Amino acid sequence: MKKKIQLTLNGKKTILEAPAHRLLLDLLRDEIGLTGTKEGCGTGDCGACTVFLNGKPVNSCLILSGELDGAELVTIEGLKIGPELHPIQKAFIQDGGAQCGYCTPGMLMMAKALLDENPNPTEEEIRFALSGNLCRCTGYAKIIQAVQDAAKEIRQAARR
Amino acid sequence: MKSFENIDVKSVKEAVGLLQRFHNEKKSAAVVGGGSELLQLMKDRVATPDYLINLKTIPGLSYIKEERSAFRIGALTTLTEIEEHKGVQEKLLFLSQAAGEAASPQIRNAGTIGGNICQRPFCWYFRSANFTCLRKGGEICYAVAGDNRYHAIFGGGPSYIVHPSDMAPPLVAVGAQLKIAGPAGEKVIPLEKFFVLPQVNHTRENILGPGEIVTEIQVPHPKAGTKGFYHKVRERLAWDHAIVSVSTVLQTQGGAVREGRVVLGGVAPTPWRVPKAEQFLRGKKVDENTAQKAGEIALEGARPMKDNIYKVALAKSLIQRALLASV
Repeated sequence: MKKKIQLTLNGKKTILEAPAHRLLLDLLRDEIGLTGTKEGCGTGDCGACTVFLNGKPVNSCLILSGELDGAELVTIEGLKIGPELHPIQKAFIQDGGAQCGYCTPGMLMMAKALLDENPNPTEEEIRFALSGNLCRCTGYAKIIQAVQDAAKEIRQAARR
Repeated sequence: MKSFENIDVKSVKEAVGLLQRFHNEKKSAAVVGGGSELLQLMKDRVATPDYLINLKTIPGLSYIKEERSAFRIGALTTLTEIEEHKGVQEKLLFLSQAAGEAASPQIRNAGTIGGNICQRPFCWYFRSANFTCLRKGGEICYAVAGDNRYHAIFGGGPSYIVHPSDMAPPLVAVGAQLKIAGPAGEKVIPLEKFFVLPQVNHTRENILGPGEIVTEIQVPHPKAGTKGFYHKVRERLAWDHAIVSVSTVLQTQGGAVREGRVVLGGVAPTPWRVPKAEQFLRGKKVDENTAQKAGEIALEGARPMKDNIYKVALAKSLIQRALLASV
């Protein structure tokens, strides 16, 4: 049975019809066509599918569409502001914070969640914030570097 | 994942009624809160409900209310909300820390305290569709002859799972109560009495009967002079279940222990209280020697399996460390 869902998706009011048992990840990728969010493990271990639900990062592979009515949703497609890449995206490119790239959307979303709350994190805080995200290329050192550089850029931009 | 029908309910009463109806009609149904645990079980085909009763649509099941003598925490409160709550941090820091050590940040944002204490085991035989183990209605606990490095050293037999909850040991240590709604109305029981050993029932981890739902956890404010502690050892530094965890809550007066609880996680099919060690501590000053002795007493009677003997030494030193940090 389909359920009417009203939500704000990447800042735009959207009305959808979806079966309540459809997983949020499948809804995004297969029905809305936002394929930036990736499925890694499907069981909440890898964090590749991380999106913001009502301001908090969650694993979209473990959320049912049925609970989305009235929700505010931000996916990796909603990270950049206008045509400009987000400073976190720029830093990942500049520092080589992506190898195969599959974990990258989830890493970027978690980095955003961290920097929104804590603009000047220590390396340990970055590692802790990314503890639910796996990179199978094991490129963690450059990912952490990228988050540090993004934090610096965001702090500098705030002062400009 | 097997297909199922989702039902959004508006009240606990409606959820209880539906659960009871499906039970009577011999249809399988499950309640879902945060979903992090149930959806994993469904994807692994360990749980195959025909109906999913969505508790998230019930208003007012997510709250932390600080009352004169206790915190009342709604079953749908997320682990992040508990971790970040100022009152909980102030009075029950170890509980906030336990919430912050569970799972991953993403799962703590979705996962609820009710779901956390109702988790099913993470035994690899139980979670694998390839093994119809004792706990899933089969005849064999594969951990007995198989790889049992993460299994029980206490309370095992005929099944040897360990309870995976990070919240249960500190909640039992602080004497939390549980509110359960069911066909006969509401009841409040000590959380300690919620969990069942496999010798009582080897197919489930708690006493919830048909139509029953956990609705609230009540956590008493600790008495003056009380200090609590939670520590979890895991194989990875992040996002892993406890190999062994320990929670201690000690009330001391004039340097001596008046009363206290010591509860282990990851060692038994339930959170594992060690009453003999608690008795030993009563009236004593906690120092290196008494803490070490308490650890030794606590592990008397442990029955490790072939691959998990290390848990005995680990639990002993964790108890020692926890006690020294609790005074």
